[in-house]
Amino acid sequence: MRFIDEYRNEADARKFLTAIGRLVTRDWTIMEICGGQTHTLIKSGIDRLLPPQITLVHGPGCPVCVTPLELIDRAIVIAQRPEVIFTSFGDMLRVPGSPQQTFEVSQTSKVSRGAQDLLSVKARGGDVRMVYSPLDAVKLAQAHPDQQVVFFAVGFETTAPGNAMAVWQARQLGLTNFSILCSHVLVPPAMAAILGAPGNQVQGFLAAGHVCTVMGTWEYEPLAETYRTPIVVTGFEPLDLLQGIYMTVKALEEGRWGVENQYTRAVTRAGNRPAQKLLAEVFEVSDRQWRGIGPIPASGYRLRPAYAAFDAEQRFGVAGVTAQESPLCIAGQILQGLKKPHECRAFGLQCTPEHPLGAPMVSSEGACAAYFSYGRT
Amino acid sequence: MNQNFALQCPIPISDYPTITLAHGGGGKLSQMLVERMFVPAFANPELETLHDGAILTLDGQESGGRDQGAAASHRPASSVRRLAFSTDSYVISPRFFPGGDIGSLAVHGTVNDLAMCGARPCYLSAGFILEEGLPMDELWRIVQSMAAAAQAAGVRIVTGDTKVVERGKGDGIFINTAGVGVIPDGVQIAPTRARPGDLVLVNGPIASHGIAIMSVREGLAFETAVESDSAALNGLVEAILAAGGDAVHVLRDPTRGGVASSLNEIAASARVGIRLDEARIPVLEEVRGACEILGFDPLYVANEGKCLVIVAAEAAEAVLAAMCAHPLGREAAAIGQVVAEHPRKVYLRSRIGGMRVVDMLSGEQLPRIC
Amino acid sequence: MCLGVPGKILTLEPNPVGMTMGKVSFGGAAKEVCLAYVPEAQVGDYVLVHAGFALNTLDEAEAMEVFELLKEMGEIDQ
Repeated sequence: MRFIDEYRNEADARKFLTAIGRLVTRDWTIMEICGGQTHTLIKSGIDRLLPPQITLVHGPGCPVCVTPLELIDRAIVIAQRPEVIFTSFGDMLRVPGSPQQTFEVSQTSKVSRGAQDLLSVKARGGDVRMVYSPLDAVKLAQAHPDQQVVFFAVGFETTAPGNAMAVWQARQLGLTNFSILCSHVLVPPAMAAILGAPGNQVQGFLAAGHVCTVMGTWEYEPLAETYRTPIVVTGFEPLDLLQGIYMTVKALEEGRWGVENQYTRAVTRAGNRPAQKLLAEVFEVSDRQWRGIGPIPASGYRLRPAYAAFDAEQRFGVAGVTAQESPLCIAGQILQGLKKPHECRAFGLQCTPEHPLGAPMVSSEGACAAYFSYGRT
Repeated sequence: MNQNFALQCPIPISDYPTITLAHGGGGKLSQMLVERMFVPAFANPELETLHDGAILTLDGQESGGRDQGAAASHRPASSVRRLAFSTDSYVISPRFFPGGDIGSLAVHGTVNDLAMCGARPCYLSAGFILEEGLPMDELWRIVQSMAAAAQAAGVRIVTGDTKVVERGKGDGIFINTAGVGVIPDGVQIAPTRARPGDLVLVNGPIASHGIAIMSVREGLAFETAVESDSAALNGLVEAILAAGGDAVHVLRDPTRGGVASSLNEIAASARVGIRLDEARIPVLEEVRGACEILGFDPLYVANEGKCLVIVAAEAAEAVLAAMCAHPLGREAAAIGQVVAEHPRKVYLRSRIGGMRVVDMLSGEQLPRIC
Repeated sequence: MCLGVPGKILTLEPNPVGMTMGKVSFGGAAKEVCLAYVPEAQVGDYVLVHAGFALNTLDEAEAMEVFELLKEMGEIDQ
């Protein structure tokens, strides 16, 4: 497959690994901030092939993982309503809500016992459907005018343009039965929070390639300057990651900082202008809670007032639903790269993919799930 | 066996365009369904007796009348014959898909389960649970498909049952097939027989069935159509056993959960480790593309015409050659080996030379999309 | 949350609402994709697709960069 196979070549991978080995003269800690990159690193075994001086730390690059628990609970409440068709990408369906859920749903003032996750809502008769694209959810709304279709809009900047288009299309079509439950998060503020945290060990960053496809690379320049950190925009295939790591290590060894672009076939400094335009039309920047990390100012998107009619939280009155985390789950420390999954007391014991305590074990891009599935114990 | 299947549905469609509750009632309409549709389609003397059960002889002869020859006639009348017995239910939706339908799947699936025991499949039963409102001509197409599949596999459908449930209580049609077969003397196939040093073979590209099904559901079109690989593997298994004999230790068809799940089960049973080489695992290009865009890992996607063979290293070449010579094994390949290290775990060497564990699935594979 | 898959545009279907759609092939598996964010893309171009949307066209010349670097590294070895 074009643009895929050539980036999975073993001989070329060996060349990069040798070159990295030759460059390295001391220990370095590098963070990648996208779940897709974590996945490739572990799936292809790169993390075990790198020279031991290089420590790879996995950042909060999994939007499923950083979605606040109360939003999961709110999703579950909405999905239980008989008139709702609740749509979502696959990963969100298995994130468990709060351990004990008794809610008062404001509009019906009913106390309902919450389900465990969205899949179990489906098992009990709720209409919960997996979709591959938010446009599929819009199509469902057109096909079922008597039902309320809700789309769980979770993601980084990569996913936001699609969600913006879906909302925009819904407005063009005059749909009154479509809304989104929005949990959009932005990468640069998260990176700033990590780099600025006391005790930060991260010395170099692999920036998320597809986020930058949309937003460009210019937002990272002030970060690189302020924290004197090399930031290399990196792709997702094994050779991309190896080259990204190579470039980062080279900069570190040479004492340089700044933004470099490894993923030039898909990323430009300015980014995708039409996408940014529609994003600005539909969304505005807002403060966001990052599960396990806490509130980060100006780190998310919410719908602009002009599009507020499409906000599911308002439409279904679930803003009052609050959440309760499992005391055993250290997702926050995992997401900030302070601990590795296998360092968690519950890893592989009380917390497994079958019985996840927190989101990084559920989402296939979560560090805990990746470590578990690919045997890093 | 009736070779010329009526193009027209034998139940008068104008009178009975769909299945009704009466067709399951045990009265005239039930009888009509059996006598005019099932019996002529499956046509065999055991079924035509229309008794409550089929009375069978298992004399070591292969079904379809192919004789064992001298060996069979010298067998003392009192010798114990080993039987394989298997059952499976089929609930697949959509009922008709590229490369097959629920009927052919139901025949192939049970035939294959028997073949994976090293048995020669002989007889099948077919139980139908039909939903009120199922179009009669769809049932007819499914029945014809089962008859054709049974004939091609050399098995007879000798007994069956039909029930009808109310509209809304069944997804169109559910089929259960159970099967019985004879294991030839000397054949010892069991997951516990896997030994370090054995090679792991597969008869062709994986993940095609699951992707063919998903493509119907998700509106994927293919430039070259991806079809389910659903097929009866008993002929291929005979060729494998003829070439490898006792050196063939394990046979397994990787259905739900894919190659990864089957190999994990075998590794656990035999308490051995298994190492796969990603670069050697055959997958059709279109199936790879579909897996990329749908977010699936081919190792976990269902197959319905694939056979994993775990064979002692010294016989591997001969077995592989025999597989390649068979129509269902043209692209057979060696994909890994059994090792003493990391017992009960399956590892994969990635394309770029890294190693990772191939774990059991937890629950259904939820596709990665983002 | 960034699974983007490269695919080749087979057809373009501009529509009145301005949301251009098209068929994109991924190694032979073709799906409907929204091409509104890549207005300059032509049939035959490769695009990066995420959740039903093309986010960028893939630059063939830039794609070779990785291999240029590898070649240089190889030359240094010699």
